[in-house]
Amino acid sequence: MADQADTKSFVGQPVERVEDGILLTGRARFSDHQPTVTGTLHAAMLRSPHAHAEIVSIDKSRALALPGVSAVLTGQDLTEMASAFLIVIKQPMQHYSLAVGKARYVGEPVAVVVATDRYIAEDALDLIDVEYRVLEVVVDPQAATVSGAPVLYEEVGDNVVSTREFSYGDPDKAFAEADKIVSLTAPYPRNSQTPMEGFVVNADYSPDTDSYDVASNYQGPFTSHPVMALALGVPSSRLRMRVPAFSGGGFGVKVQIFPYVVLMCLCSKVAGHPVKWVEDRLEHLSAAAAAPNRVTEIEAAVKSDGTVTAFRFDQLDDYGAYLRAPMPGPLYRMHGTLTGAYYIKNLAVRNRVVMTNKCPSGMIRGFGGPQMYFAIERLMHRVAVELGLDPLELIKKNLVPAGSFPYRAAAGALFDSGDYQTAVEKAVNEGGLDELKNRRDAARADGKLYGIGYSVVVEPAQSNMGYLSNILPAEERRKNPKGGAVSNATVNVDPLGTVSVTADSLPQGQGHATVLSQIVADELGLTPADVSVNMELDTQKDAWSIATGNYSARFSSSTTVAAHKAAVKVRDKVARIASATLNVPADRLEFADGKIFAADNPENSLKFYRVAGSAHWTPGSLPDEMDPGIRETGTWSPPQLEPPNDEDQINTSLTYGFVFDYCGVEIDPDTGQVHVDKYITMHDSGKLLNPMLADGQVYGAFSWAIGCALFEEFAYGDDGSFLSGTFADYLCPTAPEVPRPQILHIETPTTFTPLGAKGIGEGNVMSTPACLANAVCDALDIKTVSLPMSPSKISALIQAEEKPPPAGAARQPDAAPSEGGRVIKGSGETTVPAPPDEVWRTLLDPDKLAAVIPGCHSLDKVGDDSYRAEVSLGVGVVRGRFRASVDMSDMDPPNFVRLSGGVQGPLGASKGAGNVRLKAVEGGTFVTYDYEVEISGKVAAVGGRMLEGASRIVIGKFFERLVSQVGGKAPSPTGETLWQHILRAFGIGR
Amino acid sequence: MKPKAFDYLRAASADEAVAGLAKGGDGARILAGGMSLVPILNFRLADPELLIDISQVKDLDYIRVDGNMVQIGASTRQAKVMAWPELAERVPLLSKALPHVGHYQTRSRGTVCGSLAHADPSSEIPLCLATLGGEVVLKSASGERRLGADDFQTGMLSTAKRDDEMVLAARFPVAENGTGYAFDEMAQRRGDFAIVAVAAAVSGSKIRLGVGGVADKPTVAEWGNIAGDELDDALNAFAWDLGGYDDVHAAARYRRELVRRLGRRIIEEARA
Amino acid sequence: MTELGRNARHNISFILNGESVSGSAEPRMLLTDFLNYELGLTGNHVGCEHGVCGACTLLIDGNPERGCLTFAVQVDGRDVKTVESIAGREGNLNDLQLAFRKHHALQCGYCTPGILMSLTAYLEDTPDPSEEELRDMLSGHICRCTGYVGMVNAVMDVVEQRKAKA
Repeated sequence: MADQADTKSFVGQPVERVEDGILLTGRARFSDHQPTVTGTLHAAMLRSPHAHAEIVSIDKSRALALPGVSAVLTGQDLTEMASAFLIVIKQPMQHYSLAVGKARYVGEPVAVVVATDRYIAEDALDLIDVEYRVLEVVVDPQAATVSGAPVLYEEVGDNVVSTREFSYGDPDKAFAEADKIVSLTAPYPRNSQTPMEGFVVNADYSPDTDSYDVASNYQGPFTSHPVMALALGVPSSRLRMRVPAFSGGGFGVKVQIFPYVVLMCLCSKVAGHPVKWVEDRLEHLSAAAAAPNRVTEIEAAVKSDGTVTAFRFDQLDDYGAYLRAPMPGPLYRMHGTLTGAYYIKNLAVRNRVVMTNKCPSGMIRGFGGPQMYFAIERLMHRVAVELGLDPLELIKKNLVPAGSFPYRAAAGALFDSGDYQTAVEKAVNEGGLDELKNRRDAARADGKLYGIGYSVVVEPAQSNMGYLSNILPAEERRKNPKGGAVSNATVNVDPLGTVSVTADSLPQGQGHATVLSQIVADELGLTPADVSVNMELDTQKDAWSIATGNYSARFSSSTTVAAHKAAVKVRDKVARIASATLNVPADRLEFADGKIFAADNPENSLKFYRVAGSAHWTPGSLPDEMDPGIRETGTWSPPQLEPPNDEDQINTSLTYGFVFDYCGVEIDPDTGQVHVDKYITMHDSGKLLNPMLADGQVYGAFSWAIGCALFEEFAYGDDGSFLSGTFADYLCPTAPEVPRPQILHIETPTTFTPLGAKGIGEGNVMSTPACLANAVCDALDIKTVSLPMSPSKISALIQAEEKPPPAGAARQPDAAPSEGGRVIKGSGETTVPAPPDEVWRTLLDPDKLAAVIPGCHSLDKVGDDSYRAEVSLGVGVVRGRFRASVDMSDMDPPNFVRLSGGVQGPLGASKGAGNVRLKAVEGGTFVTYDYEVEISGKVAAVGGRMLEGASRIVIGKFFERLVSQVGGKAPSPTGETLWQHILRAFGIGR
Repeated sequence: MKPKAFDYLRAASADEAVAGLAKGGDGARILAGGMSLVPILNFRLADPELLIDISQVKDLDYIRVDGNMVQIGASTRQAKVMAWPELAERVPLLSKALPHVGHYQTRSRGTVCGSLAHADPSSEIPLCLATLGGEVVLKSASGERRLGADDFQTGMLSTAKRDDEMVLAARFPVAENGTGYAFDEMAQRRGDFAIVAVAAAVSGSKIRLGVGGVADKPTVAEWGNIAGDELDDALNAFAWDLGGYDDVHAAARYRRELVRRLGRRIIEEARA
Repeated sequence: MTELGRNARHNISFILNGESVSGSAEPRMLLTDFLNYELGLTGNHVGCEHGVCGACTLLIDGNPERGCLTFAVQVDGRDVKTVESIAGREGNLNDLQLAFRKHHALQCGYCTPGILMSLTAYLEDTPDPSEEELRDMLSGHICRCTGYVGMVNAVMDVVEQRKAKA
């Protein structure tokens, strides 16, 4: 080690990023800008508009006939070319890149088109005819566990596909002896950090070697590499993955590129050309991945002095429609830390994995931590409230004591180092908690809704690759024990003695190249500018392992160590070469300012580049048994990452940082908006390798946490329709919405790595939602609140019974307000200037009915009371072509008919039913109707705001035309029909 | 997300544009700023046969005072109107509302008339036009006509504009002496579609309150200069009359609550 | 009047970052795709293709506009500037770019070119914004990495630098 590192060290300094120049000038090549081979084809995907539907047939002939289209593949085609993906649990749940047999969520790829460009490929999607048989849907995770719920996998027979129970210490005794038991239900929503750059895959099949060459902004972990190779049926060495140096954000989501990698490989094989696919935003939001929503029932056993003696968890984690590897990671990655930052020795856990008709879940920043800490920290707040204690005093009372590190938590996490009490104390003083309390008191005295919240988090980093094996019982685990996590980095010195580095961390903006250049520069006595870092990864050329990738705050305690090891090897080798020339023992040489010199005589020196270059130029003069050239790879797996033991204890991660947050919020009583008045976040992340980048990670995690707490959720209708398909509906916070937190640090280095750094990029995603929710509950004096705390939701909590409408008003309160439910209901009435018989005949005559149905191109009677039609439907500029089916039932001529059916087209699908009643009145027929429709697919995903109004307009048009068909064109003074006038009076439009 | 194929016509004048509309029939669409239309095209939620681009028609890029009206041409961008030095004095309501319309980067392209033609029920500009009782000038190959705001916008994304017509200009009444104007909206993020938007024009003798985002078009209530409980009752009746709807962002009840509370806030602000 | 039929490529030429460029595009081709795939530009990024995220913001005749809501044929004969126009060929960064680096205003850098283009236009019109005004303008962009803190710091730094120079 360099003794002079303290004075010459770049590690620990806020070094500006080496990545920034090329990013700021726009010359960095992201995946979509990577060069492609001439003749590369482009793919687009047809996606299911239904949340759960049997695929009866797919007719791709019209699409294949379109000029420019090379291939169309369906799920059935895939089963003949590839194997289903391996999954983590032993259940018969087949998953291919395209839906096979049935579609299980809105947005699931059903077919893929390969064409000369993306525009033509999308044109062809509109020409694929899919017949679906719509199935019952289950969206809510708790509803999915109930017997009789629609089942996603008939082969499994149950939506709960894994249940595991764990017990540590003696939780039953602790609960029996508790003075008080405090419990809480903590639901956590479905969300994602949605990187600005979507997935990109460019795949090229070589028939000569039966191998695939893939360029993609994949982020690892490379545990998925064998999954992909096995699906393709090739040895892993024949699936070359190349990842560019620049990726437009990942946040965990880009793990889930792997099914598309396999799909593009197969497309290339069929089409005989490289095939490129660029995910668009609607595809990303509807089908990339979401953090699993989780329902946690949590209980604490508490002594009357506030000591918490046990936790009991019941975690129901919702993985959506498919369990893609490495799912159900979020349920197990935090397992060792289930007691949070607290000294709690008794713990009972039930984990259940449930499948629902939603987008499959994935790794998303925080990776199970946000869900877990939302439950723990909300519960601790409740404990304080119920015991009448100050929440911070309760936290302090239960923290793991200083001086007890390394500390083995109940479920097995080995907390490496820390001093939680000092961190809290410092944050209280430097963040100004007393002043914040004064602000709260003053605000409350003014009648304002003001609250303070706290949260503490132990932030794990670098996952143990064995954490998921805890999903198996101990006896099964023993057959194949898994633990560890390998990292790799290589330092190369070329013939002119200049240094370059490659590594396995696949950064997406975190500045890994900068940090690696700092580490290697320090070791070799150079400056970061002297070290070229290339963060591309090529599985056929670079060192990699299954842990390779960028996830779970892996970098700062893994790849950095590998790079450090590689640099030490280079240094040792160069020192040995220099030793002979300088005539100084290698261990008494120092490296600084580009020179190698004797510690006790700095004048006795050599230039680093000369010595290093000599390993290439004059290998014959190298010391005995030394290999020529200098290229050293550091490989590392920390010994603390052991497989789970027989007591189900698992050290899920290598390092454990500490986060303590507190905040003050004020709530606008009129709008329900939550304003963050002040936010303090204290981090102990061990040694900060680059404090500027560390703060950048905190700001970024905090910003997304603001989104999770206040804005973001993937919303689904009860029918499984996806309702958040645009960035106008999925609400990523922008600059005015994100407050500036005050960041504080202490540094307690980890003792498990030579560099002392822990993770820092995920802490606030775990701490901040809970902290803000605690503050809101404090402000409103309420027990629970669910995320996101939207103004509408908060307003409903604040406001008393709604002021009723004035007597005699046309509109009365809804019987059951249906926030979030997407069944659109409506009704209307009109007088048609023709007798009921004639109206009835119009409804039953296909030709006349065709004239009545808005935008009807053709109508065929396919059964006694069944019709199929081609219609164009729309509102304003929005318009699309659909296939419609209508069935008539419960007919009571000429008084009553029930219409039911649906429409389906590129814009989406709808099903519904309506009742039409005819009654003879003077001058014609009095028609009343009511309807219920559900709308799914693209139009629901991107036009949710408009659906209800648009449905009314379309249905209104039907009756408008019915009137005109039976001869009711009563002219009105303004030139509009009487019918239009009536509709307008009802606010229905024309 | 790539649009379907269409024919493109770049008009050099309003006459060329309406000639294109006459030829294109109901498959033709005017493209002005495109801030609403092009996302719809990219999502393939529409399939026009012909786009008639009027964004470069210089003769339609104007703001002029015409008696007691401020007339804004069809290709005039929102940013230009916002930067017009006389706006705050001539049409203070529009001056207060425009900063809420989209973002800096969309106002630089989006047009005032395009927003009116698109007729989104949450949009600020149609709400201002309705609250002020302004007009829209429509032009077809066979002539021009004017419609009051209330007659022009008929519902969600729907107007009384015929397929062969374009919005040639919008006409906003000049502020009246003794009338106060105020605007506010509740959007979750800056620049989002408003959950509820409210606009008020209050004089000594009457209150006009326009509400967007609740019914399927901006709706205006007019009362005498009432206050206190009487105003609260009127706001409550208006809120119930508008009804509101549930979507993923807000419940109908929340929308009504905002009508009552924000309505009251801005009436008081306009009165001050 | 210019009439361009569908399913055919039409020649277009315009000034891109100060140099005359030309190519051909169908009427429906988005400007973002034209810049990326036809001209091989790397600086203009696509984030949402529906005008919300701001990653593709560029200057057309000096106005900050969404590239993804522009058809390539619409810029025929006009002036387009992307992030490549800011720094010199040698990569010498301007004050805004330097401040972005100094204040760690970018992480993945995907949204950054659009933001730089917005700021280029905005600071000309509004040379001395308050932080609130600046954040309001930035609301036309989504950045998922940074929480906007470094970005705001960088711009306020540039504002001060430019004031000091003026």
